Amino acid sequence: MTTSEVAPEAAPSGAEPPPHTGSAATRRLGFFAAVAVALMLFFGLYISGPEVTQGEAVRLFYIHVPTIAAAYLGFFVTLVGSVIYLRTRSQFWDLLAASSAELGVLFCTFLLVSGALWGKPTWGVYWQWDPRLTSTAVLYVTYIGYLALRRMELPPEVRSRRAAILGVISFANVIVVHYSVQWWRGLHQGSTLGIDSEIGGMQYFSFFLGLIAMLLVYAWLLLHRFRVAWLSQQIEELGLARALAERRAETDNGGAF
Amino acid sequence: MHWEFVAVGYSFVFGGLALYTFFLLRRGRQLSRRVPPDRRRFLD
Amino acid sequence: MLRDAWLMAVKDLRIELSSRVVFSQILPFGFLILILFGFAVSPDLAVVGEARRSVLEEISPGLFWIAVFLSALMALGRAFAIEATDGNLDALRMAGIDPSGVFLGKALAVAVQLLAIELVVGLGAVVVFDVPFADPFLLAVTIVLATAGITLAGTLYAALATGLRVRDTLVPLLVLPVLAPILLGATLATRDALFDDPAVLGWSWASLLAVFGLLYLGVGMLAFGPLLEES
Repeated sequence: MTTSEVAPEAAPSGAEPPPHTGSAATRRLGFFAAVAVALMLFFGLYISGPEVTQGEAVRLFYIHVPTIAAAYLGFFVTLVGSVIYLRTRSQFWDLLAASSAELGVLFCTFLLVSGALWGKPTWGVYWQWDPRLTSTAVLYVTYIGYLALRRMELPPEVRSRRAAILGVISFANVIVVHYSVQWWRGLHQGSTLGIDSEIGGMQYFSFFLGLIAMLLVYAWLLLHRFRVAWLSQQIEELGLARALAERRAETDNGGAF
Repeated sequence: MHWEFVAVGYSFVFGGLALYTFFLLRRGRQLSRRVPPDRRRFLD
Repeated sequence: MLRDAWLMAVKDLRIELSSRVVFSQILPFGFLILILFGFAVSPDLAVVGEARRSVLEEISPGLFWIAVFLSALMALGRAFAIEATDGNLDALRMAGIDPSGVFLGKALAVAVQLLAIELVVGLGAVVVFDVPFADPFLLAVTIVLATAGITLAGTLYAALATGLRVRDTLVPLLVLPVLAPILLGATLATRDALFDDPAVLGWSWASLLAVFGLLYLGVGMLAFGPLLEES
């Protein structure tokens, strides 16, 4: 990904717009994201050493925890976008909410997979009925449902309004699920993540680099994803306008007969 | 010890990001060609 | 608003009385699931422990609620299928029926049908799983509160997916993650009500169900306005 991040220079200036979703801002952001990812790989896989109890598996933490941050940030931006859409009915916030939810689901996939791969060598199992794990799994499916609703064939405003309502109540639901699951598992055992083992300076640094890298990648992808969403919305509207015009032309002819 | 889990995890995450990025940028290019300049907002 | 809700509920129940879809299709379906659980979990497996219950009896609270959930999904689909034709929801809105009333009425009608399903499936569960009743009052409260939660949250989410061609597949995906806390609370409270399990605080879980129901009562009444205002 590091090579594809920096988009080629924009097309020569003129009336023709550049045929891609890059811009000066995304190129700069993409450059920093690429550097951060490269540094993170270098420090996470090479410079930092294994941990005392977890061994090499601690390296999975450098991607696991940052993907949690990116996924939750993604879902939070969806909530913000949905609330603002319901107040202002602005297409911008609707599309931002949609784009961010997709990235949230993407990062949530990464967080579940990297977590399971960390769990196997550390706990001996891929999955534990830990409150955090369990509520994250429910959260994951919740937002997959949100994306499924967004893909439905509906008039654009109807779809946006329903998606915004779902975006708001999904977040409320996440909180309810989180607390009820915590209560459920709390009866049987304490929290079992076991991350409070000794972590040295270089390991902290790698982890911190991972956090910066993932958040930069999220921001960069969000810009591109939003632009793609905006462009497809424009195409949908253009198609609708064209169909209306054709319909009108037909009825005009019909009147002439 | 446990390098195999690290390898699978890193390839999944960064491979997945690379794939997603590739298809996203490609879709952006395809759509971009079909939208006239007067409807291009938020693109720079 | 309450009058509108009552009118909606009576209308839906009248449609059910004449069509008998819930009675003749969904109810037997719920019972069938119980039987299938018997096949999936062998009735001969015994749990070693003080109580020496069979595995089937031990997990019967969860099985009962899963059967109820699946039946509820079908009942919810049915509740909005009867509005899908000829823009019925638009007609309701134009007739000046309060959106909150539509929400409450639909939820009430589904709740009545679901309670009937639970009664029959529950009797079936008692017969086939052979369970004791340590606390019938807690059981009754649990069933009422869980039914309220399922129908209130379910009606809201089913309405979000209404008018879509793929509604039948989308509703379960949207509703089931939301109902996850209900499954937890209802199963544990039922467990306490049946077996008097000292490790489970049945009444606390029942109160979680109440909080959940109240939350979705409020959210649904707020959300149905913007939801129905569409073309």
